[in-house]
Amino acid sequence: MLSKKNKEALFNPLSKDNPVLVQILGICSTLAVTANLEPAIVMGISVTVVLAFSNVIISLIRNSIPSTIRIIVQLVVVAALVIIVQQFLVAFSYDVSKQLSVFIGLIITNCILMGRLEAFALNNTPWSSFLDGIGNGLGYSIILVIVAFFRELLGSGTIFGFQVIPQWCYDHGYENNGLMILPPMALITVACIIWYHRAHNTDLQEK
Amino acid sequence: MEELNLFVKSIFIDNMIFAYFLGMCSFLAVSKNVKTAFGLGVAVTFMLVVTLPLNYVLDNYVLQPGALKWLGEDFANVDLSFLGLIMFIAVIASATQLVEMAVEKFSPSLYASLGIFLPLIAVNCAILGGALFMQQKDFGSAWTASVYGAGSGIGWMLAIVGLAAIREKIAYSNIPAPLRGIGITFIITGLMGIAFMSFLGIKLG
Repeated sequence: MLSKKNKEALFNPLSKDNPVLVQILGICSTLAVTANLEPAIVMGISVTVVLAFSNVIISLIRNSIPSTIRIIVQLVVVAALVIIVQQFLVAFSYDVSKQLSVFIGLIITNCILMGRLEAFALNNTPWSSFLDGIGNGLGYSIILVIVAFFRELLGSGTIFGFQVIPQWCYDHGYENNGLMILPPMALITVACIIWYHRAHNTDLQEK
Repeated sequence: MEELNLFVKSIFIDNMIFAYFLGMCSFLAVSKNVKTAFGLGVAVTFMLVVTLPLNYVLDNYVLQPGALKWLGEDFANVDLSFLGLIMFIAVIASATQLVEMAVEKFSPSLYASLGIFLPLIAVNCAILGGALFMQQKDFGSAWTASVYGAGSGIGWMLAIVGLAAIREKIAYSNIPAPLRGIGITFIITGLMGIAFMSFLGIKLG
């Protein structure tokens, strides 16, 4: 079940081989959906589900895909799964699906998917591809949640929409930092996470 | 006038990179020198101008609820909008393939300079993002859609060329080791984004 290789496929992406911090994949959505925690978590779950199942499907048919048209086959499999997720969200949590707007659709072109399908699912068995998908999805979700936590806390003073910064702070002159809500601060937050992460994993530093 | 307004707005205010982070992966990966960055920028602009009107026509005459009315009364209630994503990505992938073949045939020099970037554009989220935003914004005609495409593409090109120029300049700077490479690139992009925010609220005419 969990041989050494499968364990690596599942746990490496959480930190050492994180899709966002180390492989630099899937940046667009990491930045765009993280102004609040709730959409960030929904996005993380959606990507994990799509990634795990598309990995399994591609891995099952990997020996019968001609390599010349594999990109199109991958796009079709991913697009079909994303449509299922999208319809599911519209049906069961309409508000969040409105907040995420086009970014659910953009999971199709999320580079994590293409990257993992090309690099892993095409050469590995369905079970380890599934674990790889779950691992990378979780690694992606962790970064999403960390970024969203800081942006929501500093930007709106709330967590999951609940007020956590007490009123007396505001009475004494504390202000929410409106800049944290705006897009550019997402980039700088991720940069700080990369800084911290690489300071502790010196082998990842460049030059 | 409205088109000009939309054009300027999509370059500076609704900039694909700084406002929506679309096409970020290739933006970060291909911005090491100005020349290749410019090539990719041209390719993205070109594909947006080609695919947005195509997707607009597809969306308005096939996919939207009631869009098939021109086939006859029986089709007036057909709603194919759930197929939107898969149709858009199919149009983009096949248009990329066609454009690649056409460019190779008619202008080998341009083909050589764009090189590997053309096929990669099929999975650039700026292109699919453009199509999805177009759907949300409800443009009046295919012409407006292509103006929006040109604006977004040029905005994207501006951003990537600017970042590449800065990265060339800082190549010899003394940056803290953990920030080297990708970390400092994120910070530069963030600062450029803050600079671009000063365009907010511009309105022409």
